[in-house]
Amino acid sequence: MMLKFIVRRLLQLVPVLIGVTFLVFIMLHITPGDPAEVLAGEGATVETIENINERLGLNEPLHQQYLSFLSNAVQFDFGTSWRTGREVSSEIAPRFFVTLELAIYSTILSVFLGVIAGVISAVRRYSLTDVTIMLVALFGLSMPNFWLGLMLMQWFAVKLDWLPATGWGSGSQVILPVIALGTAGAAIIARMTRSSMLEIISQDYIRTARAKGVTEKVVIYRHALRNAMIPVVTVVGLQFGYLLGGAVLTETVFAINGLGRLVVDRIASRDFPVIQASILVIASLFVFVNVLVDISYRILNKRIDLD
Amino acid sequence: MDHDSILKINDLKTYFKIDDQKVVKAVDGVSFEVPKGKTLGIVGESGSGKSITALSILQLLDEPGEIVGGEILFNGDNLIEKSIPEMRKIRGNQISMIFQEPMTSLNPVHTIGNQISETIDIHQKLSRTESKKKTIELLELVGIPSPEKRIKQYPFELSGGMRQRVMIAIALASNPELLIADEPTTALDVTIQAQILELIKDLQDQLGMSVMLITHDLGVVAETCDYVAVMYAGKVVEYSDVETLFEDPKHPYTVGLLNSLPRHDIKQEELTPIDGMVPSPFEMPVGCRFAPRCPHATDLCREKLPSLWELNKDQEVRCWIYTEEWDGDQEVKVSDSLNLA
Amino acid sequence: MTHSTLLKVSGLKQYFPIKGGFFGGKVNDVKAVDDISFEVNEGETVSIVGESGCGKSTTGRSILRFETPTAGEVIFDGTNLTTVSKKELKQLRSELQIIFQDPYASLNPRQTVRQILYEAIDIQKVVPKGEREDYLFELLELVGIQPSQADRFPHEFSGGQRQRIGIARALSVKPKLIICDEAVSALDVSIQAQVLNLLKKLQREMGLTYLFIAHDLGVVRHISDKIIVMYLGKIVEMGDSEEIFENPQHPYTKALLSAIPVPNPKKKSQRILLKGDVPSPMNVPSGCRFHTRCPFATEYCAKKVPELRTPNDQETVNHVAACHYMEEIDFSSLEYSKNV
Repeated sequence: MMLKFIVRRLLQLVPVLIGVTFLVFIMLHITPGDPAEVLAGEGATVETIENINERLGLNEPLHQQYLSFLSNAVQFDFGTSWRTGREVSSEIAPRFFVTLELAIYSTILSVFLGVIAGVISAVRRYSLTDVTIMLVALFGLSMPNFWLGLMLMQWFAVKLDWLPATGWGSGSQVILPVIALGTAGAAIIARMTRSSMLEIISQDYIRTARAKGVTEKVVIYRHALRNAMIPVVTVVGLQFGYLLGGAVLTETVFAINGLGRLVVDRIASRDFPVIQASILVIASLFVFVNVLVDISYRILNKRIDLD
Repeated sequence: MDHDSILKINDLKTYFKIDDQKVVKAVDGVSFEVPKGKTLGIVGESGSGKSITALSILQLLDEPGEIVGGEILFNGDNLIEKSIPEMRKIRGNQISMIFQEPMTSLNPVHTIGNQISETIDIHQKLSRTESKKKTIELLELVGIPSPEKRIKQYPFELSGGMRQRVMIAIALASNPELLIADEPTTALDVTIQAQILELIKDLQDQLGMSVMLITHDLGVVAETCDYVAVMYAGKVVEYSDVETLFEDPKHPYTVGLLNSLPRHDIKQEELTPIDGMVPSPFEMPVGCRFAPRCPHATDLCREKLPSLWELNKDQEVRCWIYTEEWDGDQEVKVSDSLNLA
Repeated sequence: MTHSTLLKVSGLKQYFPIKGGFFGGKVNDVKAVDDISFEVNEGETVSIVGESGCGKSTTGRSILRFETPTAGEVIFDGTNLTTVSKKELKQLRSELQIIFQDPYASLNPRQTVRQILYEAIDIQKVVPKGEREDYLFELLELVGIQPSQADRFPHEFSGGQRQRIGIARALSVKPKLIICDEAVSALDVSIQAQVLNLLKKLQREMGLTYLFIAHDLGVVRHISDKIIVMYLGKIVEMGDSEEIFENPQHPYTKALLSAIPVPNPKKKSQRILLKGDVPSPMNVPSGCRFHTRCPFATEYCAKKVPELRTPNDQETVNHVAACHYMEEIDFSSLEYSKNV
């Protein structure tokens, strides 16, 4: 049952991904700016540009270009970068893992902080603690992550000199960017957890649990939290996807060589193969995470019908 | 009334403070007893305070509900004075409760087995295997077929009737002395209701527990209860043994209820409804709360609240008609068609 | 009293496909209503009773074409409702009204009673605009709402009053037939009696016809001329109200009646306790659908679907049941539940 469900959901991803690549392909080709001109540099002759067009296959009809990209992509062959001439896959891979790491750590941080804060807030509804947590969350939510990043850098790297300001790799380098990127998520998750917990706490089965004589702790953690996590999981999934694509500002602030920065750089230089492959990778991961979300639904709540 | 009572409630008041001006007096001076080993029915329409009374006993009230006065004597101990940890030792152990909605009263993410054994584990020191054995025994007791299989199932895999059986199994896990059943069959179909009521009766006989059954259904009361308290607008208006209540109802509200009930077992020409409607909780009448709807009401009723008089050893009634002050008509009778039955 | 037939349902089937499998195709049907036929005469109250999942509500919805029936005919006042166009259907709605269980859910909370009723009156152009107010007050008086309350919103009324507003709305378009789908189930007994009396009064005064869908047999006995008992999408018994209550033929009807607690401690009913639950309508039992719970079932019941027929020696009465053995069953042989 479960296996069948997973296989089916994965198969359903195929049309989604084809759609994504198609959209990206079209958008790249209708954006003004001829890649061959950009590659050839300023003052290049018409002939040079024509040569480049010929070499890169840009003279072929659009649908043919797309089909050949697609057939190569299916074999995991994304071609070579127009700018560096290196294999696209070896160009993307190291950058991708940096971004993935950043996104995973940030997500872990947001879930950890968000769920704890949300539960405390819900349990002590309308108390000073609740009001404070929700205010902090609102603040965290409204703060742009690049600005938060800059502030963190200013304080902890420049003024206090506790942590390195830039780069990625060592443990201490990880801390600031993860906080910068994870804060907004933590705030969203805290608010979501709070409202979901409040709804669950008024359910009949919570009253049943209390009528059994269990302690409030058990009521909250065993009976309420697991039910309350169902909507939160959706948010976490979406959040993770957002972090993958949206980490670019944080990557820029902390000078991290992640996938986001790569894409932005290569958009400027019209390096179509790298852009297309990067977006395909991000999109695949995004939809894959959503399948994971669906699966965790099933684990959290047996009632959700997989069909 | 002098019974050997397991539960004795005196002048219980449970209020909901909405804001500084508005207070809903959901339960406002309720007194009754549950005789040991017997079934007391609490009957009343919506807003009568019957469910709030039940929740007050176990202190399971939702905010802003609060017990503001009275006594709840369980085996002579006043539960209102108990601390929260002391109450927890009583809940699900000496006093258990089952609720109206079997569909939503079980936790959807835990197995049936875990939800039953949880209660066993809180109140009894049993090993894992003993606890599992007891869980299976309980499921057998409440008539659930193939219990070994059921313990691994989730609530959504069971029908409403089966879920209510599971709720009963949870309630019985520690052999409670008192079972409070709040409209346990209202959400169920009538053939399933019959099964569940039968089960509660059987278990009561087997285990010797006392039952407090809250219902709006006079049929259920007649068939399952030994004593009845009729509630109206936060107060008990009549308390008697079940036969007296149906044979010789005293309070005009009780009579009105019986007259307005369409019966499947006899032919009735016209129903005699009670005029008007239940008073708003924010504008309770000063005198008898039923006076605005009562066909017998006089100025006395509208001005002064009657107390619950003891008419004889089996019947108490909150009505001026049965006092010396009364000078109006005294005919409080059920429709003729009901007398023929 | 002989009246002409107002509603004739024949061979009505309402199936709902169950999607599933690898490609989400249809794997099975829920046979919510499976080949039922009945007639409702003008000025009568016919009730459909049964437990949850028996198809009684679906029947009402199919008649009104909220769902498109899988098969069968619904002839209302000479028109086949299953084949008329949406436009014609809309016009017919003025003659065919429904009242639901929860009046609150079916009244727009942002409209006053006046607006709610005017809307219904205007859509069907019942009276000219100039006479609307008089008509409105007339309607409110009819259902026992003070005309001075016409400009209040639904939430300012109690449940019983809201149901009266729902009735006023249904009446406003001068219908011939009103389908009452559990219309009094949510009301407290004392209020329920008020509404039941109101429905009876309106019927007498306006010659209304009711199709009453309910699970409460006390209510049903009180209001009905004829009764249809359904079980798992099929009619198991049908006939004059008093016949059904005093002389039930089908073991299911008998069990259903015996299961209702009687509000008389001295007259505890002899109860036939049915085993188990109603089977899933996705997977109905073969033969007689009741055979899995019937204390009298034989192998034959599992094989052959019983047809509705008049019991032997009772040809004169309006009463049919679908049981192979209804003449032979000796209910007194049953072991009744021991507590009664």
